[in-house]
Amino acid sequence: MSDSQSTDFDPVAPNTGEEFEPVDVFDDSDDFDLRPGADSCYKCSTCDTNCPVAEVDDDFPGPKFQGPEQWRLKRRDDDPIDDSVMDCSNCMRCDNACPSGVGLSQMHNTARGEYVSEEMSTLSVEYVRNRLLANYRKSAWLASKVPRLANAAANFGPARWLGEKLLGVTGEREFPDFATETFTEWWAAQGGAAGSKERAREARERRGEPFDADKQVAYFHGCYAEYNTPEVAKALVRVYEHFGYEIVVPEQGCSGTPMFANGMLEDARRDAEVNVSSFADLVDEGYDAIASCTSCSMAIRQEYPELFDIDGIDDVAANTFESVEYLRIHEDLDGELADADVGDDLAAEFAYHAPCHARNQGLDRQAVELFGDLDGVGVEDVGDSCSGISGTYGWKAEKYETSMKIGDEMFDHMEAADGETGMTECPTCAMQMEHGTGYDVRHPLELLEAAVVE
Amino acid sequence: MAIESDVLVVGGGLAGLTSALAAARAGADTRLVSYKQSTLRHASGLVDVLGYTPDGDGPLVDPFDAIPDLPESHPYQTVGVETVREALALFDDAAPHYRGDHTDANALLPTHGGTVKPTARYPAGASAGVASDDRDTLLVGFEAMVDFDAPQAAAHLDAAGVPFDVRGATIRFPGDLRADAKLTRYAKLLDTNGTVTVDGHDRQVREALADRVKTELDGEERVGFPAILGDDDAAAVRDALADELGVAVFEVPMGPPSLPGLRLEDALFDALDEAGVSIETGNPVVDYDGGDRIEQVYVEKNGARIPNAADQYVLATGGLVGKGVESDREGVSEPIFECHVAHAADRYDWFADDVFGDHQFAQFGVAADDSLRPEAADGSTEFENLRAAGSVLGGYDFAAEKSGGGVSIATGYAAGRRAAEETR
Repeated sequence: MSDSQSTDFDPVAPNTGEEFEPVDVFDDSDDFDLRPGADSCYKCSTCDTNCPVAEVDDDFPGPKFQGPEQWRLKRRDDDPIDDSVMDCSNCMRCDNACPSGVGLSQMHNTARGEYVSEEMSTLSVEYVRNRLLANYRKSAWLASKVPRLANAAANFGPARWLGEKLLGVTGEREFPDFATETFTEWWAAQGGAAGSKERAREARERRGEPFDADKQVAYFHGCYAEYNTPEVAKALVRVYEHFGYEIVVPEQGCSGTPMFANGMLEDARRDAEVNVSSFADLVDEGYDAIASCTSCSMAIRQEYPELFDIDGIDDVAANTFESVEYLRIHEDLDGELADADVGDDLAAEFAYHAPCHARNQGLDRQAVELFGDLDGVGVEDVGDSCSGISGTYGWKAEKYETSMKIGDEMFDHMEAADGETGMTECPTCAMQMEHGTGYDVRHPLELLEAAVVE
Repeated sequence: MAIESDVLVVGGGLAGLTSALAAARAGADTRLVSYKQSTLRHASGLVDVLGYTPDGDGPLVDPFDAIPDLPESHPYQTVGVETVREALALFDDAAPHYRGDHTDANALLPTHGGTVKPTARYPAGASAGVASDDRDTLLVGFEAMVDFDAPQAAAHLDAAGVPFDVRGATIRFPGDLRADAKLTRYAKLLDTNGTVTVDGHDRQVREALADRVKTELDGEERVGFPAILGDDDAAAVRDALADELGVAVFEVPMGPPSLPGLRLEDALFDALDEAGVSIETGNPVVDYDGGDRIEQVYVEKNGARIPNAADQYVLATGGLVGKGVESDREGVSEPIFECHVAHAADRYDWFADDVFGDHQFAQFGVAADDSLRPEAADGSTEFENLRAAGSVLGGYDFAAEKSGGGVSIATGYAAGRRAAEETR
């Protein structure tokens, strides 16, 4: 039945009658229309209970304000974006909390982008510093050309002091080491895609799988595995080839995570376009994309389609997986691990921290569950607190203290855990874990390699 | 291939968690997937079994006594009163900080609105506040925390005829927390007994708070605070305040986001961990493969579909509010498995005109057989390996009856245990 047939339902004018025309409440604009999201927020404040920054910082108004409330407020008179949006660390925990499905982190990303492009002077030290941090890949590329010199220079005391005084990059942290050989240099030396194809075919033959099995993946290694921890990327390659996967490593830029977090959306778009275009072609050919860094997979899966409109972006998002998750879906990892044991330095107790960006992908318990029955190894979850570093956040002098306050709970839990080696999927969480406890930190892929690859 | 388990529970509320716990304890390899974080953080933390009959009689003294007289369609009738007791025993074991298991009788607990609610289980933190206790009471609210108006709640309790004198006072929380500081900010500050600045002096927050309350105390033997007294270490916060004040201290359950709900969530997740349950939250189950049997379901992550396969499935996705049951202008449906949800063809029959009337929508949900398997419109079984638990089940009005928690626990327990038995 229709409304007109109901007898006693009498809605009040003016929204009846033929002259009625829907009114455009907001001006026409090309901005993101986040109104549906803002409307879905019923202010239950659950997002606020998940915000690691609000938990320790009295001045931070929290995700509910930064998202739907700020969006509504600024609609009226083009009120400026509140500068507190720069205190959000983009951990994205609020997304997972909202029972109403409000895209909070999307709202934060767009508000931050607007703040930076409209209210921040490009000449300010903060802007320059943030842009440098956000474009980590560029300096990393340069540093990787002279890794030993870069390592020495970056951690040279007076240079760190200058970094803090001139740029507001905290002098409290040690810069991560640059590898003497980047992942892609190593990859080329292994024969690249052609070499991988050969090794994968041998593995399939050994495993009794068909010669022409459809096992092709495109690897998004991200900046950190390229320049700083190529051992993680190498572990991925060896594990995947062990299972008979042919790997390709297409041209790629930064995933964009540090750029989103600093409101540098144009920089992020530039790299996203490169990434989407190279991965979209491969997805078309039947490849799946895999990433070993959970912030990278998060960016491609969620932030790209939320923020950009690039050809093929949805296909790439729908075919991108976190690397261990992908193996769990397609291989009998549990079975393989049940027969495995681990020797050398990885036969240890690990204090595992789930990165916030793994949490949103439903992967926060994966490592603990996966390695739960592995002989010779213990993996203990150190709780659900955020590490506090959030990429570039904890590198900023004015955020350093907040970052460490957030991390405190994790440090305590790590120290209370049996192991004295850390484990996480996120390179910057790893940095914070090391910084706070002095522990060595490994990636689950390294343990997986030690367990299943001879 | 898919991510595999014996029993897959879909939904992370009280029903889903209980169901996964029951299945795992019965020996099944169990996995729980939930769209968002557990909805327990929206719950008051009180666990009701049955406060009023469907006809509105009550508050009931003994909920178990009233269960046999419920309509045939009621989930309690489906599982039987003995199962309700067993399920609560499982809950009591998993949530040791809960009270109320010493008696079948309902306890009467004051709410933040100043009403009195019949409930079967309540957090230890609320226990000094029970309304049957005749000790005089001071309720303390905080200026910045407008969700709890202590003088008004006190006036309501007084009007409700509680057997004690009750008074409300509003004070400033010590230290200069921002006016809209987050619940977790208060809780963490109290947990760690952090430092706050009061009149230019640094003080520890528990002591500073007690000092402010002392000036308001006028011979009352207990003090009730909104439920913000610590998260990880709530008992210690309460004890410290009680020591300083020299009277009993309790928490009044609050609306969302709720610390008692968060604490219950933590306790149940710990129990699930202990029982070896795999848990994944953050992404919805959107689809399934199968005919008479469900073969696998798909968890969706921005378009990527992650297959999860199990031998037995439990549907615990909630009702209309939890989005386990959906409605639009055309009809009412269960979105994942498209199980039948009975509803009138004319949507004007879905509700009553009177706000507190007999709304049909309040009972929307799937109908289930003796084994809690959802039934199609013709009474046949929808899927031989799917059971339903909690408010995705129809046939009862938990808001009017005050039976939400009890039904979730009882049907969750029954569904989980049955599912585990089937996998043997």
